[in-house]
Amino acid sequence: MTSAQMDDLIVIENLDFAHSYGAHQVYKGLSLRIPRGKITAIMGPSGIGKTTLLRLIGGQLKPQRGTIEFAGYNIPELSRSHLYEQRKRMSMLFQSGALFTDMSVYDNIAFPLREHSKLSEEIIETIVLMKLEAVGLRGARHLMPAELSGGMARRAALARAIALDPELIMYDEPFAGQDPISMGVIVKLIKSLNNSLGLTSVVVTHDVAEVLTIADKVVIIADKKVVAEGSPEELKNSDDPLIHQFLSGEADGPVPFHYRAPSLAEEILGAQQGESHAG
Amino acid sequence: MESRNTQLAVGFFVIIGVLALLFLGLRAANTNFSSNGETYKLYAKFDNIGGLKERSPVKVGGVVVGRVSKITLDGDYYEPLVEMTISKDYDEFSDTSSVSILTSGLLGEQYIGLSPGFIDDTVEMLDDGDYIHDTKSALVLEDLIGQFLFSQGND
Amino acid sequence: MLDRIAGLGKAVLDSIAGAGQAMVMLLRALIGKPQLRKSWPLLMQQMYSVGVLSLIIIVVSGLFIGMVLGLQGYTILVDFGAEQSLGPMVALSLLRELGPVVTALLFAGRAGSALTAEIGLMKATEQLSSLEMMAVDPLRRVISPRFWAGFYSMPLLALIFSAVGIYGGYLVGVRWLGVDDGAFWSVMQANVEWGQDILNGIIKSLVFAFVVTWIALHKGYHCVPTSVGISRATTSTVVTASLAVLGLDFVLTALMFG
Ligand SMILES: Nc1ncnc2c1ncn2[C@@H]1O[C@H](COP(=O)(O)OP(=O)(O)OP(=O)(O)O)[C@@H](O)[C@H]1O
Ligand SMILES: [Mg+2]
Repeated sequence: MTSAQMDDLIVIENLDFAHSYGAHQVYKGLSLRIPRGKITAIMGPSGIGKTTLLRLIGGQLKPQRGTIEFAGYNIPELSRSHLYEQRKRMSMLFQSGALFTDMSVYDNIAFPLREHSKLSEEIIETIVLMKLEAVGLRGARHLMPAELSGGMARRAALARAIALDPELIMYDEPFAGQDPISMGVIVKLIKSLNNSLGLTSVVVTHDVAEVLTIADKVVIIADKKVVAEGSPEELKNSDDPLIHQFLSGEADGPVPFHYRAPSLAEEILGAQQGESHAG
Repeated sequence: MESRNTQLAVGFFVIIGVLALLFLGLRAANTNFSSNGETYKLYAKFDNIGGLKERSPVKVGGVVVGRVSKITLDGDYYEPLVEMTISKDYDEFSDTSSVSILTSGLLGEQYIGLSPGFIDDTVEMLDDGDYIHDTKSALVLEDLIGQFLFSQGND
Repeated sequence: MLDRIAGLGKAVLDSIAGAGQAMVMLLRALIGKPQLRKSWPLLMQQMYSVGVLSLIIIVVSGLFIGMVLGLQGYTILVDFGAEQSLGPMVALSLLRELGPVVTALLFAGRAGSALTAEIGLMKATEQLSSLEMMAVDPLRRVISPRFWAGFYSMPLLALIFSAVGIYGGYLVGVRWLGVDDGAFWSVMQANVEWGQDILNGIIKSLVFAFVVTWIALHKGYHCVPTSVGISRATTSTVVTASLAVLGLDFVLTALMFG
């Protein structure tokens, strides 16, 4: 138990979280460990709160209850300056990419380097070109973000997220919008970053097949908490119907595909019965 | 390179702003005295100062030589006392000089007209803090009309 | 009825909360040790987009307002034979009122709305979040340089506005309508005071600069990050900032010249 704790970079205990004054409970009693130096895949139905979880780890949202320990620091209780100190050790690839629209691709990737390192421009240039090469965008370095396609923007953002080689990288759907070739490249990239530098990676994704090839640990979130976790083999061999449904992508099963709402028939036929929920 | 052009543009912007300030300060506002340069003070008592105000100009033959710096009521009979701050460039007014309160134009502002007196061996020059005794008060329209009617009635 | 009162109460509470948020934002953005090496280029960049790019509209409006003042002033003053006073009339209206106020209103429309929209979009596209996650405080990085740029630019713009306006008044009054050249300037000089008029005008425009930039940044930073939210915030910046400028102008005028 204690040795496991030593090896966990992130330990989440008993987390409760609701957006905006408890209107919608996202997590209730979530506990989760993310092992150091490993790739952890987080899966779950859309809208279940995976992005929210990453933001909680990054300290951008505050939980109502529970602890989120990052390398021994309880993130929600850190002061502003200490939080910024810890954030220097992590990095996040946003679901939307979130490139700075007023800078070229090159400057976007150089940004964290210029901000947090005292490296000379030449060294920065070398690093930036290396990172761009890794995501196949070296030729696009002079383009502005508006001139990139969705998939290219995502890859540029990925290059920016890995620019500083932080201890923890959180990827929010890195594979979305990628063709099979770049998808393969990104999968390898995540794996090699993890292997060569010993980074801890958290990958939120829906691409089950891709992520199972590289993940050391898989966590499935549903119903406000972790419903299954283990190595890819354990999950594949599990005969839990829920895991089975999720890994093979069936709409019907223990995990509901629909956002909470009355049944379609009820809503259409019995429209007068009551107010309909927002979809 | 781009940031260099930006800096140049901003530099020009600041220069234009400073030039505007200089233009306003030198061309539009009076800078020739009062804030800079040496001054001395003269006093004059009037029966009535009309619409004279602090900062009203003191002119000699239309040329501004100073400004009214303070207006108070003085003595047992509460006579209006006007303190004038005059530029040191003009410090050769004689004892016999006179001041009157005049109006520029029909509706214009009121100012103090200073007429230098004659100079010979018998008169002294005015120094800082001296009083000008020969004063003529402001014309007040109502008084004028009253006088006019009074003199008509006498005829 | 009770609903109305509750609605009113909520509106009041919301605006107090908004003011509090804005205050916290500004304090966090401005307090702390400035890093000159990094913030200088950012400030330059913002001075450019906030100041330099507003120059044309300021110069054109200043010129026209000055010309209109010259024309109107002349037709009024000439009836009293006081067209000699055209100079001080134009200069004093510009320096005391129109320079600072019109510049602030134009600034709110031109630069303030742009600031709100830009920051709102940065929020909506998660650029602000992504700065935070890179351990770069968006308040220092994004808000603070924009604030100082607005604070420094607007008084400069107001001075330029007044100078150009006086020149416009001169063009119409002297060149076109034939007021005596010497009288125009000398009567102006006799009536315009450094401290009373020019300095007070500058103080006014510093206050307006502070308020307008602050409102614009606050509305952008705390907007609802959607297209509707951003467009509302932008409108609200122009409306709130303009009202604040006009209200404050009355207070300042009463304090300075009353
Ligand atoms: N700012 C917000 N205010 C209120 N509710 C929010 C907010 N952001 C997200 N939510 C809600 O929180 C829940 C979790 O959102 P989140 O973005 O974390 O989902 P997700 O698991 O990342 O989904 P996806 O896989 O589609 O990206 C959703 O039901 C959403 O409606
Ligand atoms: Mg998400």
